Amino acid sequence: MQYLLMIHGDESAMEKAPKAQMEGMLAAYGVYTKAMQEAGVLRGGERLHPSASATIVRAPGGKTQIVNGPYAEIKEQLGGYYLVDVADLDAAIAWAARCPGAQFGAIEVRPIWPM
Amino acid sequence: MADVKADAQRAAAEAATRVARESYGKLVAFLSARSRDVAGAEDALSESFAAALREWPLSGVPHNPAGWLVVAARRRLADASRRQRTAEAAGDDLQRIDDELRGAAEGGADAIPDRRLALMFVCAHPAIDAAIRAPLMLQAVLGLDAAAIASAFLVAPATMGQRLSRAKAKIRLAGVPFRVPERADLPERLEAVLDAIYAAFSFGWAEALGNPRGRDLAQEAIWLARVTISLAPDQPEALGLLALMLFAQARRPARRDADGRYVPLGDQDTALWDHGAIDEAEAALRRAAELRSLGRFQLEAAIQSAHAARRLGGGVDWPAIAQLYDGLYALTGSPVVAVNRAVATAEAQGAEAGLALLDAVEATGDLGEFQPFWAAKAELCARAGRVEEALDAYARAAGLETDPAVRAFLMERRAALVH
Repeated sequence: MQYLLMIHGDESAMEKAPKAQMEGMLAAYGVYTKAMQEAGVLRGGERLHPSASATIVRAPGGKTQIVNGPYAEIKEQLGGYYLVDVADLDAAIAWAARCPGAQFGAIEVRPIWPM
Repeated sequence: MADVKADAQRAAAEAATRVARESYGKLVAFLSARSRDVAGAEDALSESFAAALREWPLSGVPHNPAGWLVVAARRRLADASRRQRTAEAAGDDLQRIDDELRGAAEGGADAIPDRRLALMFVCAHPAIDAAIRAPLMLQAVLGLDAAAIASAFLVAPATMGQRLSRAKAKIRLAGVPFRVPERADLPERLEAVLDAIYAAFSFGWAEALGNPRGRDLAQEAIWLARVTISLAPDQPEALGLLALMLFAQARRPARRDADGRYVPLGDQDTALWDHGAIDEAEAALRRAAELRSLGRFQLEAAIQSAHAARRLGGGVDWPAIAQLYDGLYALTGSPVVAVNRAVATAEAQGAEAGLALLDAVEATGDLGEFQPFWAAKAELCARAGRVEEALDAYARAAGLETDPAVRAFLMERRAALVH
């Protein structure tokens, strides 16, 4: 089964974090991603720019509306994601728990709807 | 002729009912293990039961009723699967089920692999809302209908039905695995299973008065604990939970007097206790102790064991009970335990010692709606001669009580202080 692991975190805390800590975090993501690749479960994944760079688009009645900002103004914003292919929810949870972001924020695990 | 037909119908109904009681959970677990579709398995199984009641009176009861039902349910699942899913996805699953099924149909009920424990771990999976775990288990493993479960848990039937189907959808869509956790994870994951069983028991216990269904629920919970132990025999906390529930169940007949009035534990007539259940509880607790890993349920059962020792005529060892509560409180930090610990300490060392512990409980948080605290405080204040405080506390305890018999008991105690 495929799952999307969505990494939610506090952006302002991340901005304030000392350089050494940020570097440590990046290194942790590096080995985490490598471990996923080696295990053959990784199907995709990217880091996102902070939510201040977000743009909201709607098109009610075919008329495009564009608004600045993230979809919801909340403390913990989506900062990146991984797409994994594993046996079941327990395996997906195990990978989510290993994600460096889980120590500071929350990982939402959502099953992919196969089409 | 009419009699023959009626007899056949009765035999068919009895056989179907027997299979339902004995192997419902086993069949649901077997049918849903691959697809993770509990609701689908339940639907297919209930259609099969209906078909059995139609066909068995005409064709006779098959010599392997469980196998017959599984084959019929499997056929329905295959039809549903063909309608809903791509042939490629369904084929793989069905082939595997087919292989197992052949053995099941030929070998009788014992040949159907027992995956009830895995099903219980599914129901109590950390990804499932904790409040729905007990209802889910009662339905999937024991086949209780949503209306009965709703009434036991004091929820509207439609609401309960909705919550149950939402939880089953989550199991299927999120891919909750039908698997007994690895040995290292087992005790921790088992805790959620045992908590859910105990929640079912507690609802049954609280509802037991005047509600025959409530009584059933307590017994169903004991049954679930027995199933758990039969499939995971070396888990001390499962044994502890069974012991705890059996001790409580054993005292059920003594909880009310002939007029339906509440009788506190210390005043209960021990001749009314179910001594067979107590013996079984003691045996389970001994087996748990041999496994040498103490836990919450074993401690609670040990406390009940100390209370039950009164039946032997020697009185109650309050210092030992107070000590067990110390351990239980250190382990759980639960406010209910804190209150019971204060009461036990009062019995062992005097009312003031108990009241000192209650003061400490009061300092920890808002107890405005916490009935056990006020009941304990009332009792201990009365004993310590603090009449004004006792009157106030009895009033608050009675005002917060839902059980009319217990409320009446508290009001009587209060009235006795006034005179």
